[in-house]
Amino acid sequence: MMISTVKNQVDQINIEHKSLTLIQGVNEGLKTMLQEDENVLLLGEDIGVNGGVFRATDGLQKEFGKRRVIDTPLSEAGFVGTAVGMALNGLKPVVEIQFLGFIYPAYEQIATHVTRTRSRTMGHYSLPMVIRAPYGAGVRSPEIHSDSVEALFTHMPGIKVVCPSNAYDAKGLLIAAIEDPDPVLFLEPMRLYRGKRMDVPAEKYSIELGKGTTIQTGEDVTVFAWGAMVPIAEQAANEMKEQGISCDVVDLRTLYPLDKDMIAESVQKTGRVVIVHEAHATGGVGSEITSVINDTSFLYLKAPIERVTGFDVPVPLFAIENDYLPTTERVKEAIKKVVEF
Amino acid sequence: MKEKYPLMTVVDEKGTLVSEHYQSEVKEEQVKTFYYNMLRLRTYDKKGKALQRQGRIGTYVPFEGQEASQVGSALALNEEDWMFPTYRDHGATLTFGADLDRLLLHWNGRVEGCVPSLTKKIFPAAIPIATQLPHATGAAMAEVYKGTNNCSIVYFGDGATSEGDFHEGMNIASVFKAPVVFFNQNNGYAISVPIEKQMNSETIAQKAVSYGIPGIRVDGMDVFAVYLAVKEALDRARRGEGPTLIEAVTMRFGPHTTADDPTKYRDQEKIDEKRERLDPLSRVERLMKNLNMWDKDWIKNMEDEIETELNNAIDRMEAFEKPNPADMFDYVFEEPTWTIAEQKEALLGRIG
Repeated sequence: MMISTVKNQVDQINIEHKSLTLIQGVNEGLKTMLQEDENVLLLGEDIGVNGGVFRATDGLQKEFGKRRVIDTPLSEAGFVGTAVGMALNGLKPVVEIQFLGFIYPAYEQIATHVTRTRSRTMGHYSLPMVIRAPYGAGVRSPEIHSDSVEALFTHMPGIKVVCPSNAYDAKGLLIAAIEDPDPVLFLEPMRLYRGKRMDVPAEKYSIELGKGTTIQTGEDVTVFAWGAMVPIAEQAANEMKEQGISCDVVDLRTLYPLDKDMIAESVQKTGRVVIVHEAHATGGVGSEITSVINDTSFLYLKAPIERVTGFDVPVPLFAIENDYLPTTERVKEAIKKVVEF
Repeated sequence: MKEKYPLMTVVDEKGTLVSEHYQSEVKEEQVKTFYYNMLRLRTYDKKGKALQRQGRIGTYVPFEGQEASQVGSALALNEEDWMFPTYRDHGATLTFGADLDRLLLHWNGRVEGCVPSLTKKIFPAAIPIATQLPHATGAAMAEVYKGTNNCSIVYFGDGATSEGDFHEGMNIASVFKAPVVFFNQNNGYAISVPIEKQMNSETIAQKAVSYGIPGIRVDGMDVFAVYLAVKEALDRARRGEGPTLIEAVTMRFGPHTTADDPTKYRDQEKIDEKRERLDPLSRVERLMKNLNMWDKDWIKNMEDEIETELNNAIDRMEAFEKPNPADMFDYVFEEPTWTIAEQKEALLGRIG
């Protein structure tokens, strides 16, 4: 026993790390799985020679060839549908939707086939496939490019929805998503693509889907966030420390299925909740988190749950997108409100 | 355009070979195989309509008139090929090897019937329109990746050509030279909308030009022509030359579904008149009589055999085990998520 423990420790020390941005984490995750499993292949617009409009697939066609990294026609429904045919016939396609706001042509394929095939065939056919899509506002993109419509998919039975907020999670969650036997929508916060670097193991690892992570521990308030809102929530929590208020900041990482246990545990400790998301308020994932709290922790609540979200309007053109997005100030006000209730 | 895409016919309405060139296509065994399969479909289809009227199954989708298109195309396939049908192509699936019991269960609202076969590669019928075209493309590309020479055939109607997925599936298949046969059954109506209101082009076959692939227009009431056209398209696909679009010009003699009343939008008497002339089964019957192949005993035995097969299957459908509500929860994901597990427990707790 002793020997193996020592060996593990030595291994830990020797693990090679790379300092990566979130988008490099995505690239590493894809590369790892292309190396690992010959059935994995990538499809999307401009992902080959060009390496993707954000460079998420940079260098992968060169390394793995045109058969594994496929530049498709400009045809979201077409290549998601093609991926359905590939997945049911033994391949593991990972498709890139250039921006989440352009997933709508493929919505029918996702709603009527991607998410239903296992169910309607009682498992005779299944579709292990991943749909990757950069999402969100805050980078002065043109219209439609800034949409954050995860709730359209968390509401839809038959697909898991994942959203990392950093390079380490991006790689580990993407590997888990590709290895998952069922379809996964993998949302990438483009606002964080080239943000802070992180040490990421060079080797393969995965992070279990459906599990959040507590990135800051506190006693007074729980702040839930994911994707691009995680740094906002974290910053707000840090600034509230000056006022003597400490927060649990929970990065949910998977939006369906939610990490019920983690939500309940934190809420039962703090009794006060702020939910932050950049998607529209009505019918957003925040409403579902509220329901989970209602079901698990109602009697622990010391104040009504506060939501800090985007508004029930189309994401505006970028001249006023910062007015649409939740800010550190808005999150701090919400934290204060639940504490002072 | 109709001159550019002439209707390919092998056996005409009178049951005569249009050219000596096709002599080898009407060997007795082949002729009888075609007739048997079409009669089997016709009988099955009649029973389906009757069962619906008697309230013994749900809404049924008849295909009477399209037997030649469905039998000819299905019999052209190899065992290992893929089939992507629509809800009206259960005749083609049955001919290809779908399990009759499963088809009947499907019409009875049972999920067990959604997979037409556990052995043949037949995807569950597409219920949305044209979504199956990209699936056929993807499955065919995967066959190429595996190094086989298996193909996909995908069925769709005239209405489907107006959908975006028609274009997207054909376009991607043509770009990657995927081994797919795009098999269109142009039966003239998408529920109530006639073909001339569906498209401004004279034929469906001509749409192939847009994709740089062959477009073939075939007499969909002529099982021999359909079989040959599909066989040639499959051979072409297996040679790595890419997809083909086939338009089988056919007719739906009856309603869109058993919930539809076609007299609202067309003169059924005219359809019945055409039927006299064009019925695909009558055509083979005339051919067989012309060739002295029509054997009354053979027909009688075959009718009895089909009747028995179908009646036994209907009995099994009606005696099939009661549906299990747990089924709706158990196959959404490989492992149920906690929300589904909780909901299942709550429902089963209520109903015991």
